[in-house]
Amino acid sequence: MITLLLIFFPLLAGLLLLFVKGPQVKNIALGAAILEFVIAIFALSQFHRDATTQFDWNSAWIQSMGISFHVGIDGISMLLVLLTTFLVPVIILTSFKTDYKNPSAFYALILFMQMALVGVFVSLDGFLFYVFWELALIPIYFICLLWGGEDRTRITFKFFVYTLAGSLFMLGGLIYLYLHTSGTHSFNITALYAAGQSLDLVHQGYVFWAMFIAFAIKMPVFPFHTWQPDTYTTAPTQGTMLLSGIMLKMGTFGVIRWLLPLAPLGVEHYANVVIGLSVFGIVYASCIAIVQKDFKRLIAYSSIAHVGLIAAGILSMNAQGLQGAMIQMLSHGVNVVGLFFIVDLIQKRTNTREIQSLGGIRNVNPQFAVLFLIVLLGSVALPLTNGFIGEFLLLNGLFQHNAWMAAFAGLSVILGAVYMLRSYQSTMLGETNAATASFAPLETTEKAVLIIICSAIIVFGVFPKPLTDICSPAVDQLVNNVKMALGK
Amino acid sequence: MKALILLSSLGVIALLAEIFSFKKLLYPIVLLGLITTFVLNMFDWDTNKLYFKMMQFDNYAVAFTAVILVVAFLWFIMAEGFFKEESNLTDHFALVLFALVGAEIMVSYTNMAMLFLGIEILSIPMYILAGSNKTDVSSNEAAFKYLIMGAFATGFLLFGIALVYGATGSFDLSEIAAAVSGGTALSSIFYVGVLLMLVGMAFKVSAAPFHFWAPDVYQGAPTVVTAFMATIVKTAAFAAFLRLFSTTFSGVSETWMQTVWVMAALTLLVGNITAVMQTSTKRMLAYSSVAHAGYMLLALLAANNYSNSAILYYASAYSIGSIATFAIVNIISDAKNSDGVNAFNGLSKTNPMLAIVMTIALLSLAGIPPTAGFFAKYFIFTSAFMAGNVGLVLIAIIASLIGVYYYFRLIIAMYFKESDGQTIAVQSNHKIVLVIIAIAIVALGLFPDYIIRLL
Repeated sequence: MITLLLIFFPLLAGLLLLFVKGPQVKNIALGAAILEFVIAIFALSQFHRDATTQFDWNSAWIQSMGISFHVGIDGISMLLVLLTTFLVPVIILTSFKTDYKNPSAFYALILFMQMALVGVFVSLDGFLFYVFWELALIPIYFICLLWGGEDRTRITFKFFVYTLAGSLFMLGGLIYLYLHTSGTHSFNITALYAAGQSLDLVHQGYVFWAMFIAFAIKMPVFPFHTWQPDTYTTAPTQGTMLLSGIMLKMGTFGVIRWLLPLAPLGVEHYANVVIGLSVFGIVYASCIAIVQKDFKRLIAYSSIAHVGLIAAGILSMNAQGLQGAMIQMLSHGVNVVGLFFIVDLIQKRTNTREIQSLGGIRNVNPQFAVLFLIVLLGSVALPLTNGFIGEFLLLNGLFQHNAWMAAFAGLSVILGAVYMLRSYQSTMLGETNAATASFAPLETTEKAVLIIICSAIIVFGVFPKPLTDICSPAVDQLVNNVKMALGK
Repeated sequence: MKALILLSSLGVIALLAEIFSFKKLLYPIVLLGLITTFVLNMFDWDTNKLYFKMMQFDNYAVAFTAVILVVAFLWFIMAEGFFKEESNLTDHFALVLFALVGAEIMVSYTNMAMLFLGIEILSIPMYILAGSNKTDVSSNEAAFKYLIMGAFATGFLLFGIALVYGATGSFDLSEIAAAVSGGTALSSIFYVGVLLMLVGMAFKVSAAPFHFWAPDVYQGAPTVVTAFMATIVKTAAFAAFLRLFSTTFSGVSETWMQTVWVMAALTLLVGNITAVMQTSTKRMLAYSSVAHAGYMLLALLAANNYSNSAILYYASAYSIGSIATFAIVNIISDAKNSDGVNAFNGLSKTNPMLAIVMTIALLSLAGIPPTAGFFAKYFIFTSAFMAGNVGLVLIAIIASLIGVYYYFRLIIAMYFKESDGQTIAVQSNHKIVLVIIAIAIVALGLFPDYIIRLL
């Protein structure tokens, strides 16, 4: 029941919001998002920290095709639901000082998006998963199209077609598995698991690629990333935050929940190819990030590097790698939202995102510089920040799989420090120039957002255990199931 | 059968209206008559009545008739303007009603003579209606082209029927089916006959390479008539096509399977790729209608237990989405004297309601969840997958991606381009129907089971 509430509350709130006019829209949207977060916290308080799926809801939907509305929350889903419900109010809060035209539609779309995202994370039916997966695309497409920056038509369209193409491959894979379920065909997750695991290597390979391409485009993993920098740069700040903070996790979540157990042989067989691509992507994206002049674009590329490490960790298929991926998904979500918000603040105050034309903001606004530094340290994975645990576990997992790959992936830590610290240096330190001289102090809501994010970075950097406790039983069980399917 | 009789009498009443001068009342009479027809039609559910071995009102026929009647009802409301013209009012009513009679015969025949009659009863009014804009050259051209090409196709069909009759000695579908599966070798003219009938039917559903008439006719004909052709005529033609090939000729499927495979692939690619290049929305929708025929051919080709329900669902989803798009194109082109994509610029600012309904309809035609169009494609792909047509499904997936391109061009124009600031006045009954259609598109998508379970 509570799962249904989590899915449908944002939908209802969004629909109501469409009929609200005037300045109250922001507050109502924020209120709804906070209420959703409270529901998620309530779910967390009722959540038993074991590997079972809880708050299960299963009702028939399209009976003749074996499709049911089956949702439930296990440890892995719980963490991502928490991430989604935590970030959406933060994202709404970041928009408080921005005046978008037609705000009721804007916030309604964000809430619709939240509904689809929660749906993706709690679906236990392959078809339902696909529907939510596609559903998430429509609000974000319109958010980017209607409120985006220059040249948005072409870029958002490329993004849409790219992800849709990936999804259709996934649909093909799911239908293929569906037709291989025993007895009356069904899209139930366990039936699909069994069907996938009963296939031989060649056919699991097909399933693997059909599904992996969809997830790889969403994350995005090299070489499926070409839509991402443009889209992140052009989208309105809140759209970029939704894309990078939460939507990206749909891809990594998809790999964990669906790809690993559906085609374990295929994953094992192609793991090195994919890890190789991811690790190459890490180094490649980091190098491009170093030479970026546009700060927003730099963060977009850094996001490719981070997600590449997550993908590599997941594909190494051991408990450390997966656990690290879960933690890093949360950390990256929080940090990247913080970074994009900082870019947004700088751009609004100086009308530029060019790193070179900024400088000396610390002299004008030291408070902002400190908050930025904390977010940045979280992002470069300094110990005692939230980024560290995830990155450490991921590298550890990858090392167990292949030491060389881990060594190359480890470059991301160094390169990450290079581009992040350099951009900090040239924006915050040095001489104050004309653009930054009148850098206005932070408004209350802006300060609130940064403080929330910074506290999350530090608190979960120092005490990660409450988070790892939620997901580790489910992760262990998943790893064991996959190992069993592989006959190890 | 009662539904068919009522529908025919409605047509006659429409003609009498001219003589007894109750033209003003005709519109409500027809709407009421359609509702009654729908109810009468539903009484035939599960009865499987066979009439003189000519027509059988099995659930297949009843379901398709129901879809046709619902779409026709919506069409009548959207096409109200078409029935305002004083001089031809009764003709228009009578022709459309007789076309509906033809459509109902086409979905319920069990005899090839009835198939032929149904197609002709449907087609002849359409030839006239396509040219109903008498002062417009392109409307005349459309009518002329449609007539000439349609006559050719009918000739093929008739010749095919004659050859099949020659080989089996019967017009009756079940007797032909018995002869096919009887084990005795069939004369070679039978196979020629089957292929000639295939050509005739492919013309009617506008499958490539027999689709060349469709864009010109769709563009030239008055928009309301185009909407009728793209929805009701297409649904009826597909139902007739499927009825014939999935049962009677399924025993000789190896004769036509390969041909239909190539036709389906061609239709998908030609329809979608050509649609991309169109600047006129009407012409674009015409090519998209060709493309949709390609998807339905996939289910025809699969010929398994899912085919019937997949095509029924696809036809309903497609028809309902098309009615909405054509209605809006009609409203826009009336107001702006242009049916180009540019006419839609900035519609979201001047008429947000129209823009939202159009968006939902286009998303459905493009096959994006949770709209009906997505499930329609999904069921088609699944049935094709089951039949092992993986290659064709891949082509269809690529084709739907191309489809997204041109449907989204309209969406982008509506939301992104600057408008000329002129708000278009929309009649309130049109508004209500458009909103109902939009809700129906989503509702069909959320609860597809109610239609899928029917057959």
